[in-house]
Amino acid sequence: MYKNFFRYLISAIFLLGFSVNSNADFKVGFVYVGPTGDHGWTFQHHEGRNAVEAAGIKTTFVESVPEGADAERVIRQLAQSGHDLIFTTSFGYMDPTNKVAKDFPNVKFEHATGYKREHSNVSTYSARFYEGRTLLGHIAGKMTKTNTIGYIASFPIPEVIRGINAMTLAAQKVNPNIKTKIVWVFTWYDPGKEAEAAQALIDQGADVIMQHTDSTAPVQTAEKAGVWSFGQASDMQRFAPKSILTSIIDDWAPYYVERAIAARDGSWNQQDTWHGLKEGMVAMGPYNSAMGADLVKEVEQLQKDLASGKVHSFTGPIYDQKGNILVAEGKVADDGMLAGMSVYVKGVEGDIPK
Amino acid sequence: MTLDISFIGILIGSIMASSVPLILAASGELITERSGVLNLGVEGMMIIGAISGFALMVITDNLFIAIVGSMLSGVIISLIFGFLTQSLLTNHVATGLALTIFGIGLSAMLGKNFVGIPGKEFPILFSSLRESIPFFGPILFGHSIVLYFAFALPFLTNYFLKKTKLGLVVRAVGDSPVSASNQGINVIIVRYCCILYGGAMCGLAGAYLSLIYTPQWIENMTAGRGWIALALVVFATWSPIKVLIGALIFGGITILQLHMQAIGFRIPVQFLSALPYLMTIIVLVVISRDSRKIKLNTPTSLGRIFYKEK
Repeated sequence: MYKNFFRYLISAIFLLGFSVNSNADFKVGFVYVGPTGDHGWTFQHHEGRNAVEAAGIKTTFVESVPEGADAERVIRQLAQSGHDLIFTTSFGYMDPTNKVAKDFPNVKFEHATGYKREHSNVSTYSARFYEGRTLLGHIAGKMTKTNTIGYIASFPIPEVIRGINAMTLAAQKVNPNIKTKIVWVFTWYDPGKEAEAAQALIDQGADVIMQHTDSTAPVQTAEKAGVWSFGQASDMQRFAPKSILTSIIDDWAPYYVERAIAARDGSWNQQDTWHGLKEGMVAMGPYNSAMGADLVKEVEQLQKDLASGKVHSFTGPIYDQKGNILVAEGKVADDGMLAGMSVYVKGVEGDIPK
Repeated sequence: MTLDISFIGILIGSIMASSVPLILAASGELITERSGVLNLGVEGMMIIGAISGFALMVITDNLFIAIVGSMLSGVIISLIFGFLTQSLLTNHVATGLALTIFGIGLSAMLGKNFVGIPGKEFPILFSSLRESIPFFGPILFGHSIVLYFAFALPFLTNYFLKKTKLGLVVRAVGDSPVSASNQGINVIIVRYCCILYGGAMCGLAGAYLSLIYTPQWIENMTAGRGWIALALVVFATWSPIKVLIGALIFGGITILQLHMQAIGFRIPVQFLSALPYLMTIIVLVVISRDSRKIKLNTPTSLGRIFYKEK
């Protein structure tokens, strides 16, 4: 009992500390899973926070919060200390966010990449990164000389499989002879292993390297070996200025600013957001001039068409590896199918690890 | 798969490069353990070496200072371990674990401002010979100086332990500190030296990752290699040459399994991922079956606290 008393006492002191510099202003809180300097996932969320701050709204953030019991404590503390809107930016914060939301009906919650909205004050949001993969596939199909694209994959979840499929479909369209070689590394983040995977793919004849892992090691390996590569999550150009053709950039800033302003002005409502190139949540890094002016123009047009909805990454007919039809001719894949994607499309080699 | 001879040469070259951190860290830890000290802080010392090396490279722009600095940082952090276990007589296992946790946390804090900075290219030796000689070129040439050092180290360590008087002292201290002490050997000093040497090698192993192998700093970039090095020492039954063999097998299978995936072998990927661990253990167990030799090499008083009665 005394233990609990001390806990309350300590939180009370913290509360006091927070409330001293808060006054009655509108405040937004952010919870990060990694350090702000990871140069990947959390780094980009932090950029989003900076944009909210630049829009004149007060923010606080807590970094390196482990998913689990700690997360709930941190989220609760943010809610208690007068934050009106809280962004929880990792999949594992899903349950803690909903739990805290129940106790604080007046605080708004935004959970990234999750699907649970158990209370009316919880929204979810994610990005259509696969649209970026379509552009990468188009570029890769045009740039490869060996007709072999190397893909470093992390874990066999729909998000990753969707990326592989989107890329392969786009590459096949411009180059029917294309082969996608995939190496699963079973980690989001192990620079040494990612570098080895990139090197193995290069040794196996891949002259374009693509990654769905977080470190900059693969692009550096590609730079050393003199093959093409693409940046992931943030603009990685300075790590491999010659090799990187473009990067897929997660840009949370516009969404964060829009939602923060909505919450401040009272127009916030619950929603499930899945934004892409159109809204700017997925953005592309600068295109390498080595692509040639024609290809750059082509890709920029495709980017526009994807954004306007004229072109969809998954337009039928799409077949799975065995030749069964997945998406009928003239149709596009619906969001439900995209969200649960668990088979390779025709043309991808190998099996998905189970 | 293009199985021509020059491709195999390139493959062997990259296998060698990937096993360097394991060889360095395991060789260092081997000396520490032969003196009877079990330091589980290898991972922590490596990560401290990685950030120190990288930070010094960014600040001074001098790779020599960076390499030496990383070794020094390993020495300093292992000094904490030495002081706790040798002077304050704390438990080796608990202190070593604490050292790893401390090292990971401290490196993350120190590294805050060094994330996202591209590394500098590390000079490689004989790069022209690498291109001009098929097969042997990529194996023997075009590596960094640290790699050559790492491959000489197990042989030097072997020579040191078996043929020199100091090596005998280290082994005596590890086998029977009481007898060694009675012979007039200062057990604590010897153990301190072995701990610091282990720290220096682990620091260098970390710097190899952050300066040469994947030139950049990211939190937790050693990703468990310290633990593998620790396991290697045990499975190699404290023999430096077997540590080298184990590290090469581990690195080799890791890279081969990536190649097998890229080629499209229909073997479950999870099995391939587990293969380096399995194969290393199997091979090392098979080559060290001789129980007489194991007894000879095992530091009998490993992990036991020694204090001199006054």
